[in-house]
Amino acid sequence: MQILGIFKRDVSNHTVLASGQVVPDPARCVQCGICTYNCPVGIDVRDHAWRGEPVRHSQCLTCGECVARCPRGVLRFEQTDLFARGES
Amino acid sequence: MRYVIIGSGVAGIAAIEAMRSLDTAGEITLIGDDPYGFYSRPGLAYYLTGELHDKALFPRTADELRKLNFRYINKQVTKILRAEHTLELRDQSGVSYDRLLIAVGAQALPLEVPGADLEGVLKLDHMTDAKRILKQARRGRTAVVVGGGITALELVEGLRSRGVKVHYLLRGDRYWSNVLDKQESQIIERRLQAEGVTLHHHAEVIEVIGRNGKAGSVRLLDGQTLKCDLVAYAIGIHPRLDLAKQAGLAVDRGILVNEYLQTNDPDIFAAGDVAQAYDPLSGRSILDSLWTPARQQGYAAGLNMAGRQTAYLKSPPFNVTRLAGLTTTIIGTVGRGRDEDLVGIARGDSETWRQLPDSMVAQTGFDVNRLRLLVGEKTLLGAIVMGDQKLSRPLEKMISGNMDITPIREKLLTSNAKIADIVVEFWTGKQ
Repeated sequence: MQILGIFKRDVSNHTVLASGQVVPDPARCVQCGICTYNCPVGIDVRDHAWRGEPVRHSQCLTCGECVARCPRGVLRFEQTDLFARGES
Repeated sequence: MRYVIIGSGVAGIAAIEAMRSLDTAGEITLIGDDPYGFYSRPGLAYYLTGELHDKALFPRTADELRKLNFRYINKQVTKILRAEHTLELRDQSGVSYDRLLIAVGAQALPLEVPGADLEGVLKLDHMTDAKRILKQARRGRTAVVVGGGITALELVEGLRSRGVKVHYLLRGDRYWSNVLDKQESQIIERRLQAEGVTLHHHAEVIEVIGRNGKAGSVRLLDGQTLKCDLVAYAIGIHPRLDLAKQAGLAVDRGILVNEYLQTNDPDIFAAGDVAQAYDPLSGRSILDSLWTPARQQGYAAGLNMAGRQTAYLKSPPFNVTRLAGLTTTIIGTVGRGRDEDLVGIARGDSETWRQLPDSMVAQTGFDVNRLRLLVGEKTLLGAIVMGDQKLSRPLEKMISGNMDITPIREKLLTSNAKIADIVVEFWTGKQ
């Protein structure tokens, strides 16, 4: 159901790993750096948030660490390949 | 062109980025008195809790700053000599400007009781303060926290996470009463108690009593005495107006600027927490103490100073914060009146949150997931989203876009309405 869908996890972890990217909302960001601090491969996620650009980084694992740790809900996953998304 | 910026916070850095986008040749000088330069002030909260290392709070490396090509002077400005277009620094040296930006921010209001100057009485304005707090915050010690708003909770939670016993003193009967409603205050207070914080309502410190030259206890208005090793306070902030006042610039609660961030002196601009910016939409001049408006104002000021006229149009104030571990988004107008624990404005606060016109309140949710909407005639005026944040983005868009909610207004105001579902249905239908 589309209405209730918003309360569910946007996509399953499995789908995210296949076809997601991290997208920031700069208006929420206070540049605290928790995202960059927790990135296991050392991507400067905070810098992407300052510039309002999705994390299109070849090394990004889409592990979700930055999304989960951000205390202000700046980061979210966005599908990059809608056709790869299964019904959930 | 010689541009000078006073203040190394986000407004100043955003101004430099804006200037450099238009003028690669102009001479830019940034003068700031914070020994740590540019860092995330809101991030200090997470440094206190131990979620972050202090080095992680600096968004720019020295190399990145160098690329912006500006001169940095880590000194205090003591005077603005408007006729000479010159600044006087603490060491008597002078710096000349053609266009000046004042972005010196705000600072904590002092705790005005006897003993407040004792060692161990602490505030949280800068990195220096955070380091001072951490030095004192040792496991097994006891702290008294006084004040309200976001900063007071940052102190409470920072100290608690370091194993310090915390007494949190509230002058009134509940936490942040002019932004949160009764139920929301209760949610926060219960969570604080669950974290082991001792709350004292109707409690006012009248004296800090020293022990060996350091804070050793506090005396309360009702005669009670609480033993402690440190006292931390956050009773509000005030814009740093000394320079502007001395220079004869127009000030009210902050430095008065028009929508181009220009003061009554056409060569002097102000942005960030120190500025009281004119909002052409409401016709009011408003103080904000929020990161994003400071960045936006700084950027607009920079463009205007470099010659591209750009109005700063204020969006409804919006802040996402964690209160007692609960993610909370505050959008638009949500409360009214004054809070006994705060004088003026708190950090992470906006005056707009309290300019509540006649409106109806729709609310839902229990404990950790709570949504409150302020419903106007045709639009939503404000919202508080606690816990689950999925609705905060749609609500922010509905409120900032003045979206006509006539089709769902009645439904929202029906008693026991499932307002989250109504909003979601309405929002998804609009997409």
